[in-house]
Amino acid sequence: MSDDTGTRRDFIRKSAVAGGTLLAAGLRAPAVHAAGSDTIGIGLVGCGGRGRGAAADAVKSSPGVRVVAIGDAFPDRVAEARERLKELGEAGSVPDERAYVGLDAYQRVIATPGVNYVILATPPGFRPTHLEAAVAAGKNVFTEKPVAVDGPGIRSVLATYEAARAKGLFIGAGTQRRHERGYVEALRRVHDGGIGEIVAARAYWNQGSLWNKPRQPSWSDVEWQMRNWLYFTWLSGDHIVEQHVHNLDVANWALGGHPLRAMGMGGRQSRISPEYGHGFDHFAIDYEYAGGVHVMSMCRQIPDCANRVAETVVGTKGTCELESGAKRYELVGGAAYKFTDSFTNPYVQEHADLIAAIRAGEPYNELRQVAESTLTAIMGRISAYTGKAVTWEEALGSSEALMPTNLAFGPLPVPPVARPGQVT
Amino acid sequence: MGHGRSALPAALVALSGLALCAPSTSGAPPAPAAYTATVPGSTVTFEMAPVPAAAGAAGFWLGRREVTWAEYDVFRADPQAKAQRADDPPPGADAITRPTPPYADETFGFGKPGMPALSITHHAAVEYTRWLARRTGLPYRLPTEKEWERACRAGGDESAAKDGRAWVKDNASERPHPVGTRPADALGLFDLVGNVAEWVDSGSAALYPQLAKGGSWMDSAGSASCDSRRVSDPSWNERDPQDPQSIWWQTDATFVGFRVARSFETK
Repeated sequence: MSDDTGTRRDFIRKSAVAGGTLLAAGLRAPAVHAAGSDTIGIGLVGCGGRGRGAAADAVKSSPGVRVVAIGDAFPDRVAEARERLKELGEAGSVPDERAYVGLDAYQRVIATPGVNYVILATPPGFRPTHLEAAVAAGKNVFTEKPVAVDGPGIRSVLATYEAARAKGLFIGAGTQRRHERGYVEALRRVHDGGIGEIVAARAYWNQGSLWNKPRQPSWSDVEWQMRNWLYFTWLSGDHIVEQHVHNLDVANWALGGHPLRAMGMGGRQSRISPEYGHGFDHFAIDYEYAGGVHVMSMCRQIPDCANRVAETVVGTKGTCELESGAKRYELVGGAAYKFTDSFTNPYVQEHADLIAAIRAGEPYNELRQVAESTLTAIMGRISAYTGKAVTWEEALGSSEALMPTNLAFGPLPVPPVARPGQVT
Repeated sequence: MGHGRSALPAALVALSGLALCAPSTSGAPPAPAAYTATVPGSTVTFEMAPVPAAAGAAGFWLGRREVTWAEYDVFRADPQAKAQRADDPPPGADAITRPTPPYADETFGFGKPGMPALSITHHAAVEYTRWLARRTGLPYRLPTEKEWERACRAGGDESAAKDGRAWVKDNASERPHPVGTRPADALGLFDLVGNVAEWVDSGSAALYPQLAKGGSWMDSAGSASCDSRRVSDPSWNERDPQDPQSIWWQTDATFVGFRVARSFETK
C-alpha cells in the first residue's frame, strides 16, 4: 500500500476523508483537456456488458462526457456496443472510423484523437498490457478490476503506476466499494477507532454459478476461451481474482495494508465439465497480515448453496458489518453506527470522483491499491492451486506468466485443473 | 420443501388436490375451495385460497402466501425453459423463458428457507406464472390491481399493519421475513400487506414502470395498506453494472415479490 502521505494511520484517514481515494501528495495535474475544452473523451477498450455499462456510467456521472472511440477483439461485440451506446444520444454516437476490431484494437482506441479517458474493460489478463499502453500514451484511465492475473502482470502494473505518477495522470479503478458512501462512512469510523483495534476480518463472495456461452463451430480455441473468459486463468485469474477481489480489497482497505502470507485451499466439485475450462468453483484462504491479524476469505460459485457476499471487520470493542447488496454498513458495539444517509450509485460515483479530480487537477491514482488487492487474490489462488503457503514476496516475484506469448486466434490447449500438492 | 399447512378460517375447507369444492349449503353452485398444489417437477407445494365473486367482480384463487424461493428456484432450474438474456433476440410468443444466473447473492443476505423470492423484476414474476401455467395446464397469472385490492379488503387487511398482523418497518427488524409468519386474514391469506410488496398485472409488458401493492417491510404501518402502491422505475436496478441490465434481477428492490392468481371460471 502506498504510504506517500506519512504514517499508515495518517494515510488511511486522509484517503477515507477523500472518499477512499489514494492521495499522492505533491503531484500536480498536467493539462488534460481535449482540444481546448474540458470534454472527457472516452476510449472504450472492451465492449462487453461491463464495458458498455462503464461507458454509460461515465457519461451519466458528469456533464461534458462522451464516447469517442471503442474497440474489442470481436466484431459482433463492437456492433452491439455501437447500437447500445446510441441510447446515450449524441454522447454515445461512435462513427465507423472510430470503432475498432481485433486483438490490437486497444492501441487504435488509445491513439484516437480526442480520447483522454480510457476505460479498460476487457478480460483481466489483458489489463497490464492495456494499462501500460494507455499510460505510455499519456491518457487518463478508468480500469476495471482486477488489474492482472499473475505476478508478472502485477509487477508491470506497479511500474505503470509509477509511470502514471511521474506523468501526473489520473487513474480510477472499478473497485466501486471505495466509492460507496456506506463503506466510506463505516470504514472511516473503523479507522478512527470505532471498534477498537482490528484483530481479524472475514470476506465472502459465495454465490451460484455464472453464465457460459456454448462453443460455436467457427470459434478457435482462443476465441472460445475469450468468450468464456471466466473459466480460464490466463484471462480471469479464476473467480477468486476476478470477483472476490472486491471483498479482499475491502479487507486491505480496512486493515490499511496487504497480507504477508496466504494459506488456502480450493477445488472444483460442481463445474467439472469441459465448458468450464480449468477453473475452480470454490476457494477458502487464511490471510495473515502484519501484527498477526488474520483475514478469513471464502468464495464459491456453486448453485443452491448458502450465499453470502459481505465483509466483517472484528475489533477489540465491536465489529463492522458490510454488505453492499443489502446496503448494510454498520458498526455493532464500540461506537455503534448504522449508515442511513442518502445513497448514490457507486458505479456512477467512481466516474464522478475520477472526472472531478481530473477537472480540478487534484492528484488521483487508485492503481497501486487495486494492484495490491489483485495480488492479494492472486496469492490466495496460487496457494489453493499448489496447496502451499505463499508469501507476498513469492506471489509478487512469481515468474509464472499465464498470458500466452504472441497471442493470436488459433489453437490453445486448456491447462489441466490444478491439483494441490502436485504442482511445483 | 412445502410449507407447513396453516389452518384456514372455518368458513373455508382446505383440501389437498386441485380445484376441490366446498360443500354447498344453499343449493347454489358449489363455491370453489382452497387447494394445495405441487410445483411441477418438484415436491414443493403451494396453497391457493378462493376470493369469492362479488358484485361485478369475478371470483378467483389467490396464492395464500407470497411465492417463495423454493417455488421460484424450481422454475429457474427447468432445463426446458430457455435462459433468456437481456440481449438475446426476442423469444416467440409461446416460448417459456427462465432467468439467467443472478450475479452475487440473490437473497441479499436474507437467506432462502421460507423466504419470498424478492427483488426480481415484474417480467420475472410474469414469466414464473406463464411457466407455472404451462407446466400445470392451469391458467396461473398475476392478479390485477383491482383483484389484489379486493382480496385485501375482503380479507380485512385494511388495518393489518396497524394491528400488528403484517411485517412492516415498525416490527420487521429491517428485513423481510419467511412467508406466513404473521396471522392469516379472513380469507386465509398471509402477508398481503407488508413483508414484500407484490407485483400485479398492469396490462403492460414494459420492464418499467410496473405496480407493486401492499407496502413492505421497509414501509411504516401508516403507509402499508390495501391502497399502497409503488410504481417501479429503473432505480430499482440501478446497481446492475451491465449493459443491458438484467431483465430478471434487480439490485435495489428487496421490498418486492409476488403471489400468483387463477380465475375461477377458466379451465
